[in-house]
Amino acid sequence: MKIQLSRRYRFSASHRLHSAQLGEDENKRVYGKCNNPYGHGHNYVVEVSVSGPVDQATGMIANLTDLDAFVDSEVIEPFDHKYLNEEIAEFRESVPTTENICIEIFNRLRLFPRARLERVRVEETGLNSFEYAGESSGATHE
Amino acid sequence: MADDFLHFMVYLTRKIEFSASHLYHNPAFSAEENRRVFGKCNNPHGHGHNYVLEVTVAGEPDPATGMVLDLKELKEILQREVTDRMDHRFLNYEVPELAGQIPTCENIAAVIWRLLESKITRGHLNRVRLYETPDLFVDCYGEGNGAHPNAGGAR
Repeated sequence: MKIQLSRRYRFSASHRLHSAQLGEDENKRVYGKCNNPYGHGHNYVVEVSVSGPVDQATGMIANLTDLDAFVDSEVIEPFDHKYLNEEIAEFRESVPTTENICIEIFNRLRLFPRARLERVRVEETGLNSFEYAGESSGATHE
Repeated sequence: MADDFLHFMVYLTRKIEFSASHLYHNPAFSAEENRRVFGKCNNPHGHGHNYVLEVTVAGEPDPATGMVLDLKELKEILQREVTDRMDHRFLNYEVPELAGQIPTCENIAAVIWRLLESKITRGHLNRVRLYETPDLFVDCYGEGNGAHPNAGGAR
């Protein structure tokens, strides 16, 4: 039996979808309303999944206090109530789509010292979500 | 005709809820260490949650019935194995399967997995997901059962 623990976190942030590799018209065509030059915002939900042996002394894969503190310092604090395009260095180079936000969050959390990071799932709204499980992830979850 | 039937692995999920209380306390720890490691969960009088359990069974639908397994049968198994054991119970003291363990979401989910695994005789138990709150849940998967579509990774 494999076991993993998942925890949901929230942050609110603004962004603008605009690619420097595309012209003005092309940006408008590809990103539509999301290309509005003043940006717009979302209430994001981040679902973080970790795995590892359950410590018999505590009954835990990872102490939530440790996981919460790590996610808070690596993701929630830097992302919450920010303009992602300007205030997260990564998004000066890449477009802050939820795909890229998901990958960036995974990369920030992969060094969590207390358990193995399995997957990050980001909900941009209640109607769409994206998942990333690292580069080596294949079609099966083993 | 049966040979023409397409063989698809289907994942069926049934959800139940139960409410229970627990506390986290390791007798091998000092009082101070218990408070440090377990925080509020160490309150000696315990506290409770509305647990939500999602049980996923994988299998190919029987061509004769169109079912992986009869939902009524699954409902009865969940009632007997989980609800009757855990609903409105103090998990530390009233559930023998958890004796000697800290009743964390991890350990409760693993107990439920072990209780259900052998009882599911049509298809196979693919995943047990136990929510302690809407923002905290644990998944148990079988080894080598193949991926649940929500197990993460590429779809």
